[in-house]
Order: sequence, then C-alpha cells, then structure tokens
Amino acid sequence: MFDAVTRNITFLMGGFLVTLELTFFALLGGIALGALVGLGRISKRPWIYYPVTMYVNFLRNIPLILVIFWFYFVMPIIAGSSLDPFLSAVISFIIFEATYFGEIFRAGYQSISKDLSAAAYSTGMTYAQTARYVLVPIAFRRMLPSLITQSIVTFQDTSLAFVIGLQEFVRRTSIVDNLEVRSIQLFGFVAVVFFIFCFIGSKISRHFEEKGRKTGLL
Amino acid sequence: MIEIKNVSKWFGDFQVLTDVNETIERGQTMVICGPSGSGKSTLLRCVNGLEPYQKGEIVVDGVSLSDPKTNLYKLRENIGMVFQRFELYPHMTALQNITLAPMKVRKWSKQKAGQKAMELLERVGIPDKADAYPANLSGGQQQRVAIARSLAMEPRYMMFDEPTSALDPEMIKEVLDVMVNLAKEGMTMLCVTHEMGFAREVADEIIFMDFGKIVERGTYEGFFNNPKSERAREFLDQIL
Repeated sequence: MFDAVTRNITFLMGGFLVTLELTFFALLGGIALGALVGLGRISKRPWIYYPVTMYVNFLRNIPLILVIFWFYFVMPIIAGSSLDPFLSAVISFIIFEATYFGEIFRAGYQSISKDLSAAAYSTGMTYAQTARYVLVPIAFRRMLPSLITQSIVTFQDTSLAFVIGLQEFVRRTSIVDNLEVRSIQLFGFVAVVFFIFCFIGSKISRHFEEKGRKTGLL
Repeated sequence: MIEIKNVSKWFGDFQVLTDVNETIERGQTMVICGPSGSGKSTLLRCVNGLEPYQKGEIVVDGVSLSDPKTNLYKLRENIGMVFQRFELYPHMTALQNITLAPMKVRKWSKQKAGQKAMELLERVGIPDKADAYPANLSGGQQQRVAIARSLAMEPRYMMFDEPTSALDPEMIKEVLDVMVNLAKEGMTMLCVTHEMGFAREVADEIIFMDFGKIVERGTYEGFFNNPKSERAREFLDQIL
C-alpha cells in the first residue's frame, strides 16, 4: 500500500531533513531578529519605531511565497551573483517570520505593567536584576504558547521554498510523484508527517497555555 | 529624614506637582490624601526616584536625589514601596517574592533570606501561605505579602500608594492592621490613602493635595474637624 513511499524513503527523508534544517535556521534567526523587532516596535525613538513598523507592516501584508520568490530572483540582480537556494530561502524566512515573532515579542513586552518593574526597583534591584529575575521570565512564560504556535506555522511554511527549486520535503515528493505517479499515496504520506509534528507542537503549546492560565500568568 | 523642597514636575506641558514642600521626620507617619490626579502617587514616586522631577530638591537622609552622582538603586534599598495592585511577581511563590531582593541585592544566603521571610510572613499573619503563588492568594493576602517583600530589605522608610483601594471591603482591615502595627513600632511611613480611620489612629500629619499642590496640612483632628479650604471640605464630604 505504501510501496511508492517505501521505495523512495531515503530520498524523501533527505528532503524532510532539508525541511527540518530550513525550519531550524528560520526559527533561530527569526526569533532572534523578532526579539529586536519587538523592541523596535515599542521604542520611543521615532527613527527606530517608524522604519521597524514599516518593515513589519509591509512584510505582514504580502504573501510569503512572493517574498521567497522575489528574494531569490532579485538578489542576484543587486548582488551580482546568484544565491544558493537554501541560503536564499533561509534569509527570506528569517526576514518574513521575524515580523510575526516581533509582534509576539512586542505583546509580551507590553504585557508587563510599569508598576511591576517599579515594585522590583523599589526593593533596590538594578535594571539588570529586574530584567533577569522578573521581566524576562514573566514575558517569556506569557509568550511561550504563541512562540510555539508561530514555530509550527514556520515549519509548515517551509514547504513554500519549493518555488525556488529547493529540494525540501514537498519538492522531493513531487519529483518522486513524477516518476511513480502515486499522488494520493505520496502526498498523503507528506500530510501525515506534517500532521504528526504539528499536532505534537500544538499540544505542547496548549500545555504551556493552560499552565500559564493556572498560575495567573496569562 | 525626608526633605521635599520646592519640588515641581511636569508631564510634557502638564504640571503635576507645583512647589511641594514637606519634611518627614524619622518615626513619623504621614497620610497624603486628595482627589485622583492630584499628584499624590507622583510625589511618592519622586521620593524614591522612580519618576524624575524638574525643579526643586528631594533629600533623603542627607542624600540629594538631584545629585547625578546619587545611586538611586542604593537609595531605594532604604525606601520600601507598596502599590495599589500589589505587583507581586506572579511566577514566584510568596516566599520567593520576599527573598528575591535580599538575596540578589543584599547577597544574603538563601537560608538567611528564607528565615527572614518566614518571620515577616508570621508578622503579617500568613505564614501558611509561604509556598502559595500570588494567583492563589486573596487580594488582602497578596497585599500583605507585598508589605513583607518591602520589609525584607529592612528599609528605613515605607511608602504606601493607595494600598487598600483595590481590595474588597472585608480585606481592607487585615491590611490596615499590619500598617497600624508598623506605624506603632516606629516605622517612618508615607501613606497615600483615603482610610480616615487609619489616619485617625496613627497619622502624625495629614496633607491634602489638589492639582499638584499641598492645599492643607495638619493633624487628624485639625484637618478632619476643621478643614480650612473649600476643596478639602468638599473632598471630606465625598469620602465620608
């Protein structure tokens, strides 16, 4: 029943590995850049706030597939040489996902009342101590469910990298399908794999959300 | 001693404090009242450097807050503050809330800080809540933990910013009792509150603020029985 899958399992799993790698780097860069974007979005300095806000609004209002596509085809014109599809995809994902992560960080930073930090300062704690022991742990706990959810979305989004010919999971499945012509079986397999990973992820997110609600953090 | 000399403060164009003068001697309890927006909370925040002021000077035990060399963190170790909405750290137990600053700022051992915290919880009447998280405590219990958290730093002064106005009526007394005991033990206190029963029992001085100015000052009897200004009379009519 799964003959086409089993015959090509090594090739398919190689594609899945690319998907995982792409997800890993997209999350690493997207979350790090997102933390900065979030800071920029609450900045009181107009020369930080406005450019960052424009960047966020611009990217959140165009489809990801266009970002990947344009980045891959426009960069060589600007840079003069063509980029490796994997690297191009990683960069596209980082700049795109950072806007979404940025909004999660912004909400997390803003969820902390001014009086809570004032309370910490009034016990003599320094800014660094207040941030380390009070603000960051609380903001992180509050953001965790949304961060996990957005990570799942990023994982799913990586399949869009097929438009620039990156041999990730979906692309390789489609190559196999061209030879085997077993679309339902092959893409059914892809769906099952994605589902298992995302379902586990959303359960984890849910767990932290309920935990947060119980302890009054959310 | 806290000396507030001619302090004025603006939020943009809006003047929140105008030429405020006041001296609080050690061991005194001062009650600050007045309508909302009159600058009471802002004044407290200026005293421990949480808010800057633009004119005048505040001197705490001889150290001026206007002096750029003054270490505000150091200064705040000696001035505890209690907030209207408790502001406990929600991710820590009552005990951890209390021990955090002594351990990080005073560098006390976990054991010493824990011991002190238990003494304080005993003093505010909830030693059995040491391991409870703020979400599982009532408002009155949370506020008592907040008071214990401030006291753990062994401050010379305590400031209270409307400590009972977010509480259900039946919980107000348990918090006020703790405050009354503190005042009677000789703690120097600045309390923004409309609890006139508390003021009568322990206030050495009451000041009434309106539009960022101290409009009236006096003892409880003087202020309560014979307010000099029209504004204070109106205010007392409203809260009593």
